[in-house]
Amino acid sequence: MLYKDLVIIGGGPAGLAAALEAAEQGVKDVMIVERDSGLGGILQQCIHNGFGLHVFKEELTGPEYAQRFIDRLENTGIEVLLDTMVIEITQDKRIFAVNSKKGVLEIQAKAVILAMGCRERTRGALNIPGFRPAGIFTAGTAQRYVNIEGYMPGKEIVILGSGDIGLIMARRFTLEGARVKCVLEIMPYSNGLTRNVVQCLEDYGIPLRLSHTVIEIHGKKRVEGVTVAKVDENLKPILSTAEFIPCDTLLLSVGLIPENELTKMTGADFDANTQGPMVNQWMETSCEGIFACGNVLHVHDLVDFVTMEAKLAARGAARYLKEKDGAYRQMSVIAGEGLRYVLPHAVGVEKMLDEKQNFFMRSTRPMKKAKLAIESENGTIKTKMLSYVKPSEMINIELGKSEISKAAGHLKFILQEEGASDE
Amino acid sequence: MSDKRNVTCIICPVGCRIEVEIENGNILNLSGYRCRRGLQYAKDEVTSPKRILTTTVRLKAEAAHVLPVRTRAPIPKSKLKEAMQELKNVSVAAPVNMGDIVLKDVAGTGVDVIASRNWS
Ligand SMILES: Cc1cc2nc3c(=O)[nH]c(=O)nc-3n(C[C@H](O)[C@H](O)[C@H](O)COP(=O)(O)OP(=O)(O)OC[C@H]3O[C@@H](n4cnc5c(N)ncnc54)[C@H](O)[C@@H]3O)c2cc1C
Ligand code: SF4
Repeated sequence: MLYKDLVIIGGGPAGLAAALEAAEQGVKDVMIVERDSGLGGILQQCIHNGFGLHVFKEELTGPEYAQRFIDRLENTGIEVLLDTMVIEITQDKRIFAVNSKKGVLEIQAKAVILAMGCRERTRGALNIPGFRPAGIFTAGTAQRYVNIEGYMPGKEIVILGSGDIGLIMARRFTLEGARVKCVLEIMPYSNGLTRNVVQCLEDYGIPLRLSHTVIEIHGKKRVEGVTVAKVDENLKPILSTAEFIPCDTLLLSVGLIPENELTKMTGADFDANTQGPMVNQWMETSCEGIFACGNVLHVHDLVDFVTMEAKLAARGAARYLKEKDGAYRQMSVIAGEGLRYVLPHAVGVEKMLDEKQNFFMRSTRPMKKAKLAIESENGTIKTKMLSYVKPSEMINIELGKSEISKAAGHLKFILQEEGASDE
Repeated sequence: MSDKRNVTCIICPVGCRIEVEIENGNILNLSGYRCRRGLQYAKDEVTSPKRILTTTVRLKAEAAHVLPVRTRAPIPKSKLKEAMQELKNVSVAAPVNMGDIVLKDVAGTGVDVIASRNWS
């Protein structure tokens, strides 16, 4: 059995930033456990640029962003276990992991940071009638094939879902000489970042068909085409609009879900909307001394915010190791009208790490102009006007200690549209 | 008569909508940007649009087959295809360091293509 002060599960951007920050905060005995053969997580396959403008004030590719953190590990004393997959974690922070050379490892940690990232949703696709021919991939799998293994999964491509990975892959396939026929999105708005719609689709003249979905996949051995149709306001396909599109590959970019099998083993409370654990202002789960950050907590669109959140978790863990005072929840944070969720789920003003606290949230639908109001039992704490709100673009709001201390009972965030909508 | 064009800034993921007012090819007014980089981007986008190209080149190593690379700076949008064509014939031997030049002056743009990660 190994004994460690802090064990970080996952060596993606969240795990890396958490480890470095913890070391900076004076935590001596830090270990990262990563199942892959290298560090960097999903960033290693995100070879496009668009990372780090907030953290490094320059625009990096995913591997470059990761490398900056990997380079900083040297001389920190942070221990890294690669090719090691954590398979179990208990409430009292005992970790079981498997490594092909060392077999099963048992580690007793004093504090744990969960940074396992997320995985791709495939469920949406399972309802489409047709055989299960070759040529159906999730966008992330295709990204791995093309960007790491250097192999093209197809020539004529239809993409279902306008999530960022799908948009990025539309451009990537086009540059590599394949033909991307269209991107279909069942919702009346795109699920990806605006900048990706512009530079991945519009730049290359790839049509984005909103309110459209695939209703049938054709082909027995290999995909031969798909039937697509427009959907009505209840997202039901309108059969009279059905149209056959020949293709050899269907890419699914229908969303990501936090990878939380391990988190569930700790018995931590979950948020049904984020599908991740509930956390307090230190990013600590309801399980004392177990923290979470990055995509395992909620799916992020910007790695800069992942880094920010990871640093917060690391400072929380450093504080916990010193003061042994965990699972603190004074006042709950509620996502009201117009918001799908707000993080952290609980705050308490007398134990804040800083003079300020960041809150992350997502809207339920796009709004051109919206008023964000933060309310408590004794009235409105703050209001703020926002423009061009989209569910795919996370909102980040800072509240000062003095503002939070005005609240009583709870903090409720409400987002209301102002004026008429675009759509 | 002046003309209005809406440009979505893609320099960073904030994606500001910048309105550009043009008259006879001259920019009269810009609004909606949140930082200087966006201002420059909108100017370039209406005069000569540029993009950073990110792709992969073959790698002479065992574990992976390709190495991620990027142009050091944005290149004209019209040169992207030509740049991809040139990069098809490039292969790199390990070890490689992030920032190493993989191809000089791609497609006559004067911009180098560099490695995006270390590979040993
Ligand atoms: C395709 C795509 C495009 C993106 N584009 C952008 C962009 O342009 N700009 C931007 O800022 N952000 C972008 N993002 C977002 C950003 O990259 C992610 O939010 C970020 O990588 C999440 O970091 P993470 O550390 O939480 O997760 P990950 O990067 O997924 O890392 C999790 C790590 O944990 C490991 N792990 C999981 N389970 C275990 C286990 N049981 N035991 C051991 N190890 C385990 C995994 O192997 C992995 O290395 C993009 C994301 C994707 C997927
Ligand atoms: S104007 Fe500045 S903040 Fe806005 S998208 Fe461009 S770079 Fe980002």
